[in-house]
Amino acid sequence: MLDLIVPDAVCLQLDAKDSTEVIRTLGGKLYEAGLVKDSFVDAALSRESELPTGLPLGAAYNAAIPHTDVEHVNKPALAVATLKNKVSFRNMVDPDDRVEVKLVILMALDKPKAQVEMLQEIALVLQNAATIEGMVQASSVEELLNSLQN
Amino acid sequence: MGEKKVILVACGTGIATSTMAAKSIESAMEDRGYDIITRQCKTAEIKARLNGVDLLVTTTSFSEDIGVPIIRTLAFLTGMGKEEAIDQIVEALGLS
Repeated sequence: MLDLIVPDAVCLQLDAKDSTEVIRTLGGKLYEAGLVKDSFVDAALSRESELPTGLPLGAAYNAAIPHTDVEHVNKPALAVATLKNKVSFRNMVDPDDRVEVKLVILMALDKPKAQVEMLQEIALVLQNAATIEGMVQASSVEELLNSLQN
Repeated sequence: MGEKKVILVACGTGIATSTMAAKSIESAMEDRGYDIITRQCKTAEIKARLNGVDLLVTTTSFSEDIGVPIIRTLAFLTGMGKEEAIDQIVEALGLS
């Protein structure tokens, strides 16, 4: 997982007013880095509105894992944002419910069958409240990446 | 008959969360001593993929009548309520 995180696409304490802004910002960084096509951001937004990715984690902070189909991706990558203020995402399993999110991992996947381990690592991160806390509190990209190594 | 039960795991794109959930379900069921098969798909494909399926587990709000039990849960992503979710799977598959 660590080697897919694009340091230029890590936004700490992002001041975003809604989930659209978060996805546009993170997607924009991946696009600037040439990792996704220009259709990626709109596709991710469209997917989020139909099939939301907000995840209530039952601990201090909740997360969202927006992503979209492989056809919009050039190279696999992860963009991460910790949010200055909680941003509302709709709950993946209950779209009428909203989840107040502090951590967003935007996933650009091109070969998910080959990326099983990376996806499992992300799931393990989601299940580790201490790791999430470390990421949310990080004041530098290095600190955020370090919290993933523990 | 000794045939393995088949769980269809569905998420929105059929790539990310269903992959995470399928792996998590397989290893959790193995820990409990059950050998099952998982298949993955996206929600739009569920109805076309039901052949031989005993149970649908989905991370979305899918709730149409498909003739097999449906378990909607994020437990295999977030870890919360995972044991209860496994209990539900075991019961839904008639394994208990």
